[in-house]
Amino acid sequence: MTYEAPVLEVEDLHLHFPLKRTLFDAIQRKEKRIVKALNGVSLEVKRGETLGIVGESGCGKSTLARCLARLYEADKGTIRYDGQEVAAKDAGALREYNRKVQMMFQDPYSSLNPRMTVRQVLTEALRVHNMRPPEQINDRIAELLDLVRLPQDAADKLPHEFSGGQRQRIAIARALSVEPEVLVADELVSALDVSVQAQVVNLLLELQDKLDLTILFVAHDLRLVRHVSHRVAVIYLGTIVEIGDSEQLFNAPKHPYSKALLAAAPSLDPDKRHTRPSISGELPSPLNVPKGCAFHARCPHASGRCQSETPRLRALDELGNVACHHAEALLSA
Amino acid sequence: MTQLDTLQASTPQKKKLHPRVKALLRPGFLLGFFILSSSILLAVFPWAFAPYDPNAFDFNAIQKSPSWAHPFGTDNLGRDTLSRVIWAYQVDMQIAFFATFFAMVIGVVVGSLVAYHGGIADVLFGRLVDVTITFPFLVLVIAVVAVLGPGLTNMYVAVTLVQWVYYARLTRAEIMTQMTSDYASAGRVMGYSSTRIIFRHLLPNATTPLITYWMTDMALAILLGSSLGYLGLGAQPPQAEWGVLIAEGRNFITTAWWMSLMPGIAIVVTGLGFSLVGDSLADVLRPRGAS
Amino acid sequence: MTNQNESLLQVRDLTTTFHSKGRALRAVDGISFDVRAGEVLGLVGESGSGKSISLRSIIGLARDYGTVEGNVYWKGEDLLTRTDKQLQCVRGSQISMIFQEPMTSLNPLLTIGLQIEENLKAHTDLDRRARKARAIELLDTVGIPSASSRLKDFPHQFSGGMRQRVMIAIALASNPELLLADEPTTALDVTIQDQILQLLLSLAKNLNMAIVLVTHDLGVVAQTCDRVAVMYAGRLVETGSVRDVLKRPRHPYTLGLLKSVPENIPPRTPLYSVPGTPPALDALPKGCAFAPRCHKAEDVCLGSKPPLSVLGDGISSACHFTVDIREEVLA
Repeated sequence: MTYEAPVLEVEDLHLHFPLKRTLFDAIQRKEKRIVKALNGVSLEVKRGETLGIVGESGCGKSTLARCLARLYEADKGTIRYDGQEVAAKDAGALREYNRKVQMMFQDPYSSLNPRMTVRQVLTEALRVHNMRPPEQINDRIAELLDLVRLPQDAADKLPHEFSGGQRQRIAIARALSVEPEVLVADELVSALDVSVQAQVVNLLLELQDKLDLTILFVAHDLRLVRHVSHRVAVIYLGTIVEIGDSEQLFNAPKHPYSKALLAAAPSLDPDKRHTRPSISGELPSPLNVPKGCAFHARCPHASGRCQSETPRLRALDELGNVACHHAEALLSA
Repeated sequence: MTQLDTLQASTPQKKKLHPRVKALLRPGFLLGFFILSSSILLAVFPWAFAPYDPNAFDFNAIQKSPSWAHPFGTDNLGRDTLSRVIWAYQVDMQIAFFATFFAMVIGVVVGSLVAYHGGIADVLFGRLVDVTITFPFLVLVIAVVAVLGPGLTNMYVAVTLVQWVYYARLTRAEIMTQMTSDYASAGRVMGYSSTRIIFRHLLPNATTPLITYWMTDMALAILLGSSLGYLGLGAQPPQAEWGVLIAEGRNFITTAWWMSLMPGIAIVVTGLGFSLVGDSLADVLRPRGAS
Repeated sequence: MTNQNESLLQVRDLTTTFHSKGRALRAVDGISFDVRAGEVLGLVGESGSGKSISLRSIIGLARDYGTVEGNVYWKGEDLLTRTDKQLQCVRGSQISMIFQEPMTSLNPLLTIGLQIEENLKAHTDLDRRARKARAIELLDTVGIPSASSRLKDFPHQFSGGMRQRVMIAIALASNPELLLADEPTTALDVTIQDQILQLLLSLAKNLNMAIVLVTHDLGVVAQTCDRVAVMYAGRLVETGSVRDVLKRPRHPYTLGLLKSVPENIPPRTPLYSVPGTPPALDALPKGCAFAPRCHKAEDVCLGSKPPLSVLGDGISSACHFTVDIREEVLA
């Protein structure tokens, strides 16, 4: 892949959600509790690539996706689109950003308005952004349905008449109707059955090639992420611990957490069984992120340095970056 | 229970419209619909149904017990109670509508806006709700009427001033629930304006409980209007209004019980009509596929 | 029954029917399988395949909402003919069950200590002191750190993975011989899923406890089960040892499921996908339920349901053309 200017640049993104203090907490003089969802995420997304984002629930991957779609406003840090800072844009430019960066959601049952037919959903999107003159809207809807492989008679049906996989296709059609450049897919296929998952993933890959889309594929299913992504970022407690070329990362993960995560994913091969859990302990609560390396309490290689000093994401080779003090030592071991 | 979900989800597909039609064919709804439509007919065309002039004195028939000539009897001035009860429909149905409609409109708009935008407006609204629900509803309304002076119009103003808070509270809660659905987020990602998201996406999905509440509230408004009429703060005599009629009959309850009982029955029956219809509408309005 | 000693649980022609709006919907359609002592059997299928309902039918939970027919022999005795009251001495003692949502299956108002002891009280003769000791021992067994101090905690004070451990501890209280696990790790993260599966496996081994594991994830099956039964539209389509079924599936549906999982295929290439969606229970085809989605289907498939027939080596498959599939896998 030749070097191109990234379409999206995220730099040092922080997002903390303060929890409401109850009266009881105030009386007890408890400190205000803060969910630290994102703690300095930096990444670049190149045009036309798929960047996979993996991590366990509560690690901040969905929060990151929602920040990029501007559903959340970051506390600190910048998001740049085509080199321009998003937060500095005026209302008109923000609408344009919203059009160019579309998001698709996990739950196929709640991401569509239950009272609107597919035609109404698509018409609204096309009208609001003036994508087509009114007389061409119905033709465009037919095209969009074709694009996501839904039958033409789907247009006048309500969401409840569709299966989960079909609803996700409608959500994809809605996103595509405004001709975006970037799609943020937040667990797009996680709620679907395996056989239907494959259909939607195939569609997404095909559309990406056809329409030259950039995709952020957020998911917890490592096999799927590996399959669709050019590059992958592994997130742990609101920071990226490893980012790099997908095949490289999956074949030889460098961060101990990436290693554990990959080992935990159940392989289809009954001969590749492991007899001990790949990792002990659980993800700490984002309410109190450990000092130093957030992973140190669960890491078999942790040293004193890991407890005090937060490792920075640094390049280990041209294919990827890793945030671990002992990355070189682990690599040579 | 994924199996059961698919099981239920798969059944309505074959029989189109069936669940809605079925909800409308229930005896409860049919009875309620019959009561309400007759009430409206009586309210719009009272002269067509009332056998006598409601305000005509007949000193030859004072406090006559129910008979073929006067099915509901007559009052202490010889006025036909049936005619007065029928003419009162005009006032009381008007109360049902005007005492609730404006409160609902204001409440829905305010409730939606504070729910969607949150922030300081939401906090202030929360306090206002706390203050409002601390006082008994009737006491608050009476206090406002006392300031404005008695009469129907002032009663509408008073009820609206107090009641909108309840509508706003309900709307706010409903909109908050709807906002947890991804379609609201999807609207924002599509770059839709907040007005569009609130009034075109969120609100239509929040109407079911609102309509049901409105129906119940109309029944309560009739009770309230009658109570205020009874207390002399609402409709003023000689206007025929059920509460006024009951108040008039109060002194003769032992000798001419029909004077109070008949308008009382009218209140109960009309209230029942609103409740029955509201109940069934909840099922009809719910988007299909939702549980 | 001749082979009672070998099989702990024998399910024969289990059929569960729901009645909805005057129509009978067959969620489970005549399934038969055995569970041997100490064995881990995976019951795998997509949503709506009837796998959870089968599990609930075995233990008498499906009676509440449907008609259950057939036979479920527990050590030779038919459980389906028993009343709920008679079932109690089996349910929760010899057979335990854990669910997908550990939060909703624990009582939020009782400490977990009380909930474990409640089960011990019902199924053992231990006195109060011994019950407490046993409760601590159980929490320890399922890997809950500082078990004795956590007895007084409420369910909401545990994470999802820890709650599932608590559920397992409660299920183990009566030393069951069979554990029915209904998607026990579906709601959990992969590292926690790994821990819970390893825990279940070691318990099965150390306590000689059989497990029926319901799951939709073939990876979970591959990693934990000895034998597997694949369900589709209420029927078993293939059963056999995990290695045989996963490495050489005989049924086109099993094959399709396996190939839909992106493993060992070049990245960003089209995945094999089974066309269409599973049939709704009220619109089951007359013949093989998979025929409308099967590329191998011929007239015979549309006309008659293939029976589950033994192909040797303990493998059974319900397909009219089982022989041809093999070559395709190797290709």
